[in-house]
Amino acid sequence: MAIEVRIPTILRTYTGGAKTVEGAGDTIADLLSDLDSRHSGIKARLLTPEGGLHRFVNVYVNDEDVRFLGALDAKLNDGDSVTILPAVAGGAFAFAAAHALRG
Amino acid sequence: MARYESVLEACGNTPLVGLPRLSPSPEVRLWAKLEDRNPTGSVKDRVALWMVKAAEEAGRLRAGDTIIEPTSGNTGIALAMVAKLRGYRLVCVMPENVSAERTTLLRMYGAEIIFSEAAGGSNRAVAVAKEIAAEHPDWVMLYQYGNEANARAHYESTGPEILRDLPTITHFVAGLGTTGTLMGVGRYLREKVEDIEIIAAEPRYGELVYGLRNLDEGYVPELYDAKVLTRRFSVGTRDSVLRTRQLVEVEGMFVGFSAGAVLHAALAVAHQALKAGKRADVVFLVADGGWKYLSTGAYGGTLADAESALDGQLWA
Repeated sequence: MAIEVRIPTILRTYTGGAKTVEGAGDTIADLLSDLDSRHSGIKARLLTPEGGLHRFVNVYVNDEDVRFLGALDAKLNDGDSVTILPAVAGGAFAFAAAHALRG
Repeated sequence: MARYESVLEACGNTPLVGLPRLSPSPEVRLWAKLEDRNPTGSVKDRVALWMVKAAEEAGRLRAGDTIIEPTSGNTGIALAMVAKLRGYRLVCVMPENVSAERTTLLRMYGAEIIFSEAAGGSNRAVAVAKEIAAEHPDWVMLYQYGNEANARAHYESTGPEILRDLPTITHFVAGLGTTGTLMGVGRYLREKVEDIEIIAAEPRYGELVYGLRNLDEGYVPELYDAKVLTRRFSVGTRDSVLRTRQLVEVEGMFVGFSAGAVLHAALAVAHQALKAGKRADVVFLVADGGWKYLSTGAYGGTLADAESALDGQLWA
């Protein structure tokens, strides 16, 4: 059994349009490296040059935010479901609000 | 005493109500903080009142001034009521496709509405509000996502009410929007209750909402401080609808879909406590009632029907 990874629309150019892909790894960091071996470039979109999780990317393991589970060191088990989403805390209105207000 | 001099005074002091049927055991209990029992029917009455008072105290708002805010939701309705009673003019900017219930209610409270093109969505509404505000430097935009009085409303009122009514609280769960509720209540409870857990439930919308949003242009509200939270869950449309319906059917509480998402996370932590053999008093916040969402059609039919009815909508 593998780990199911849900890919947001904006990153499906790396997965040939696939909404979900399978991956493997004991931690989120391992999983991202595994994904990058088949979907080259995806890891660089999710991590900062310093190697941390991008501020505007949220990653969830079984619906829980990995930033509260050890971030990239968060442990994974076979059968887990991982979801990657753009950060839109506050809903789309907040997103739009900040964007427009900052010009 | 439940007697008040005006409706503004009747803001807050909402009931904390137990869920005897959905609570996992007598030692692991769930409690709902019913914020729909505020004057305009949502938790945003506290926020509107505190933001207006703070602007008055800072000298930013004087009688007869105009407030402009890009909103079509609970904050707009709450601000319309507060502005009416304290003598301000309110201009709301919103996309032209928002529901008739909302515009009718806002106009009844005396708010003026400026519509932006539907195609531009909320993005366009905010841009329009910003343009108008720039043309009128004397108008005031309260901007709830970055306004400290938003979180302070909960630090000074919601948090103390919860602790007063349930000193044995172990977990607090609320929705993550502007983040004001979780930041304010969370900070208060962390100061007063050892080992309290502060848990966020974030709505996960249908794909249409996230669309082609660029990862480099994401947004985190200025009020957000991750250190206040213990855990953060993402709750999808289907689970939120399921829990919203369960609250009506099992406990008799008719709530909005965001409360369903919050209950879903509350049940998760409650069952983990049960499994670990720990006692728990889990408080979750119900931001509003279900009335404004009836027209979505998502309260009837199958779960799959409801999920597709809400697809592409900002249901929380």
